[in-house]
Amino acid sequence: MKITFDWLKDHLNINLKEEKLLDQLTNIGLEVESLGNLSSGNELFKVAKIIKIEKHPNADRLKVCDVNIGEKELKKVVCGANNAREGLLTVYAPPGAIIPKNKTKLVVAKIRGVTSYGMLCSESELNLSDESDGIIELLKSKYEKNIGKSYFSKSNSNLIDLSITPNRPDCLGLRGIARDLAASGFGKLKDLKEKKYKSNSKQTIKIKINKEKNQGCTIFGSCLISNVKNSESPKWLKDKLVSIGEKPISAIVDITNYIMFDINRPLHAYDADKIQKGIVVRNSKSGEEFTALDNKNYKLDNGMCVISDNKGILGLGGIIGGTRSGTELNTKNVLLEAAYFEPRSIRDTAKKLNIDTDAKFRFERGIDPSSIEAGLNKAASLIKEICGGEISKIDIQKINNFKKKTIKFDPFSFERVTGFKISTKEMLKILEDLGFKIKKDKKFLNLTIPSWRPDISQEVDIVEELVRISGYEKINIINPIKERTKSTLTQSQKLFHFLQRAIASKGYLEAITWSFTDSNYNNHFKDKNKEIKIVNPISSELGVLRNSIFSNLIMYMSKNLDRGFKDLSIFEIGPIFKGSNPGEQSTVVCGLSAGKKNRLSWIDKERDIDVFDVKRDVIQTLVEAGYNSDKFFIDSETPNYFHPGKSGRLFLNRGKDLVAAYFGEIHPNILKNIDIKTDTLVGFEIFLDNLKLPKKTLNDQKTNFVVSDYQKSERDFAFIVNKNITSQDLINAISSVGQNLISNIKVFDVYEGSNIPENQKSIAISVTIQSFEKTLNDNDLEKINKLIIQTVEDKTGAKIRS
Amino acid sequence: MSDLKKIKDEFLTKLNGKLNLSEINEIKSNLFGKNGLISSQFKKIGSVVENERKKFASNLNVIKDELQNAIDNKINEIQNLEINEKLEKEKIDVTLPERTFKRGKIHPVSQTIDEISSIFSEIGFSVEEGPDVENEYNNFTALNTPDNHPARDMHDTFYLDEKKEKLLRTHTSPVQIRTMLKGKPPFKIIAPGRTYRSDSDQTHAPMFHQVEGLHIDKDINMGHLKGCLNYFIKEFFEVKKIKMRFRPSHFPFTEPSAEVDIGYEIKDGKIIIGEGDQWLEILGCGMVHPNVLKNVKVDPIKFQGYAFGIGIDRLAMLKYGINDLRAFFDCDYRWLNHFGFDPLDVPTNYRGLSR
Repeated sequence: MKITFDWLKDHLNINLKEEKLLDQLTNIGLEVESLGNLSSGNELFKVAKIIKIEKHPNADRLKVCDVNIGEKELKKVVCGANNAREGLLTVYAPPGAIIPKNKTKLVVAKIRGVTSYGMLCSESELNLSDESDGIIELLKSKYEKNIGKSYFSKSNSNLIDLSITPNRPDCLGLRGIARDLAASGFGKLKDLKEKKYKSNSKQTIKIKINKEKNQGCTIFGSCLISNVKNSESPKWLKDKLVSIGEKPISAIVDITNYIMFDINRPLHAYDADKIQKGIVVRNSKSGEEFTALDNKNYKLDNGMCVISDNKGILGLGGIIGGTRSGTELNTKNVLLEAAYFEPRSIRDTAKKLNIDTDAKFRFERGIDPSSIEAGLNKAASLIKEICGGEISKIDIQKINNFKKKTIKFDPFSFERVTGFKISTKEMLKILEDLGFKIKKDKKFLNLTIPSWRPDISQEVDIVEELVRISGYEKINIINPIKERTKSTLTQSQKLFHFLQRAIASKGYLEAITWSFTDSNYNNHFKDKNKEIKIVNPISSELGVLRNSIFSNLIMYMSKNLDRGFKDLSIFEIGPIFKGSNPGEQSTVVCGLSAGKKNRLSWIDKERDIDVFDVKRDVIQTLVEAGYNSDKFFIDSETPNYFHPGKSGRLFLNRGKDLVAAYFGEIHPNILKNIDIKTDTLVGFEIFLDNLKLPKKTLNDQKTNFVVSDYQKSERDFAFIVNKNITSQDLINAISSVGQNLISNIKVFDVYEGSNIPENQKSIAISVTIQSFEKTLNDNDLEKINKLIIQTVEDKTGAKIRS
Repeated sequence: MSDLKKIKDEFLTKLNGKLNLSEINEIKSNLFGKNGLISSQFKKIGSVVENERKKFASNLNVIKDELQNAIDNKINEIQNLEINEKLEKEKIDVTLPERTFKRGKIHPVSQTIDEISSIFSEIGFSVEEGPDVENEYNNFTALNTPDNHPARDMHDTFYLDEKKEKLLRTHTSPVQIRTMLKGKPPFKIIAPGRTYRSDSDQTHAPMFHQVEGLHIDKDINMGHLKGCLNYFIKEFFEVKKIKMRFRPSHFPFTEPSAEVDIGYEIKDGKIIIGEGDQWLEILGCGMVHPNVLKNVKVDPIKFQGYAFGIGIDRLAMLKYGINDLRAFFDCDYRWLNHFGFDPLDVPTNYRGLSR
């Protein structure tokens, strides 16, 4: 909502400064969004007279004018307007002036070889009207004495742009803003006693509101003004509209706009001669069409509120008029409409047709149903004053009586909500200033809500009004008590935290990427999930919810590699989606590493980063998070975005859990497909929601501290096994020997090749044997050795290598 | 007697000279070997006249110790020399670079969330979460924003179905609804998380982060709200005093509603919070609307309280001098490295939020 202090003064007796106004507006909830000066630079535009005209030597259509701008010397200006002639009074813009229409700054320029100092302006160039045919022609009688003076009258009033919240339709008019200001002690609201015009003639166009289900119009007021002469608006009206950045069009349109901005009463003016046999306000039928004033053709659904006549639709009530019945400069008879349209109906229709207009914006927020007569009265009087003609009586049709709402207000509720007190006297003053009618009823106040405040319906709304006007700065600070009755984080939140920082501590940079992604990337990683489309994505590259974090990470990894970095590790912890219902999502830690270990090192051998690097990161993280790696179980069943031979799936506990993590090389086909510039890319996913949270805290889980001080012995074994036997199988077999004697098992060599039969491999394992009861003698050790060999051979088909 | 002294002097002189290990060993056996000069003196003790025997023996022992010490010292000296020679040969250039290490970082938004959680933890808030995909009811209707409400226009919503029933939450406020539906008052929670609006330009990203706050109890009023936010802002920006302004505003789910500005000034191109006469809007808040409480079956006669919503990314930008919101989600390695935090920098109350 754009306003000026000058316009506010139409409604407010005030002698304070504009600075104070800005603060006060913000203090009462009418936020000042920006402050501009429309008229800055306007003083440069001067009234000027063309003294002499010559033909441009190099262009048939151009003229070279000598212009008197009130200085000693005449200015030479090149001009192309047909109406430029000697003796004409017009508006001159010097070099340095900014043309309001296209915001370009004038410079001294050579036009076809002739230097032009400035420009003569059309109305359209000054945003005064759409008239672009020729330069402005000023009345001699009025402007002859003004040559050299500024064309625009001086305005000291800045353009103030307010951000009006959707609950305050009343403040979409200057009057409403003034009322709020006055209530807060900023000036005094002027009592505008509008003179009611008198008329004997009847409004002869028949108006009917159909009583239908969901009729969007409940009151339709009108009056007819006949024999008008529509014209340009007078200067005061043009200035007013221009001062808030609006463009004057014609007197009738300008007047309706002026009243809309002034008291938030939208009006519509019809060319009465174009209405066929009266107006019917009704619901539209599916398929009906009409052309609106925005020159677009709209096809309507059932049940939209339309203003129609015998021939069809004249306009969408409260949203936009039609071209067929619009007023023009030659309009003779005007029918003025002031109506009440239901916000819901307006909103539904505008949304379906995707129309946004000033009227729609106002009606959907709720227009004062009691402002119909005042609006018609003021508009008709102004039209008569400016355009002449005869005004009819006001005709009002309605299908519903507007009832004023009342509230029983307990003054104590104010303190209960705000924590501070104001006196009942103060309350009464504020509410009266805001337009409430008050009756005291013992300790309660019976309040009648002003018709322009559709936002107020319950006690707390009154509290809001009172605290808003008395000032939020009066609310006392009550300092919080440092007391905690419930732990801040749940166990799974703690786990989130822990994993996030554990992974980062392994050298990964945390990224945060969109929850949506490019379906082309997502397709590589969605595995068996279904694609979840966003109906209205911001771009096709962000068209689906991500089924995996990999899609975004790999895309950004690729971008970073393109920046010339080679060895990168990034990770993200966040949601992935399995369906479009709330809750069909899970939290994943996903990491990606590219490049080499020890690139260009003087000390260590260079090698590609590999599966066992990423496996270490996963296992170490899980162990740090408190999970027992002895129970981990790993197999090679992984989703298709991993290298099928170089990836693994990890369970915290064999056969008892959901997948805890995947790790491995990203499938080479994907690297090829997205053309990522790296030799190796390894990644992992840890599924937070699949990690069983221990029932006890980590502290409670700690068993007694038991260690053995008896001597331990290490024995090495080399087994030859079939290739499909995993080292995990051997380790499990050895640990199953148990008897509380096996304290550590370590694979230290894997060998395939000469001396080993085809399809077999040799795995060398070191086993640490230690008893809690005694020092084992040779005999004991020999027994265990045999048992280990026996068990491994039985369980895995291995043969001990001799 | 003179024999002993002679031996002593002779060998001490020898031991003072330059010797290698085998020469010392030779000396050692010459003195203390089976028939060594000193050993044979000991054998003599028995034959010394009785009244001199004691003196002789003690004398002999002193000399023996003296020589023995001299030998030990010499051996030590030589060994040290040898070790030092060896070490000298082993000397390397320690200015050569260490084995490479990779430093991971925590994203500034994550760090900020942890800071926020830490601050609110102190005053008794616990952390709640909700899903990113929400239904229309939780995101709007339950929050007193029915479908014909113009306030919905302010949220450019991403929808997941044509009927517009499922959407990406436009704010963290639906967590209020979920929390209150599943529990009984009092409620004292914060809910940080991802939020989405189909809005994308220099200062808007289609995804951003908010933290919701909700405190409902029997007598929580606007003074508590002011106190809570005043405390939070001071703690978060780690300043002793702040300038804070409550400004009336409107949100369908709170009444009265306020927007909160903090005072700042720009000094040497840096933003300084808590001073100056410029205002910066940082959050929206208000008293939870009775309609919202009714929607979640909380009796608004018995219970009342406040809610607030803060843009996390915006706070992080202010605190850490980040200019470009879009960069948060651009994943530029250099940016993450520059603005990221060490994983060991866990914001805590006792160590301070930031280093």
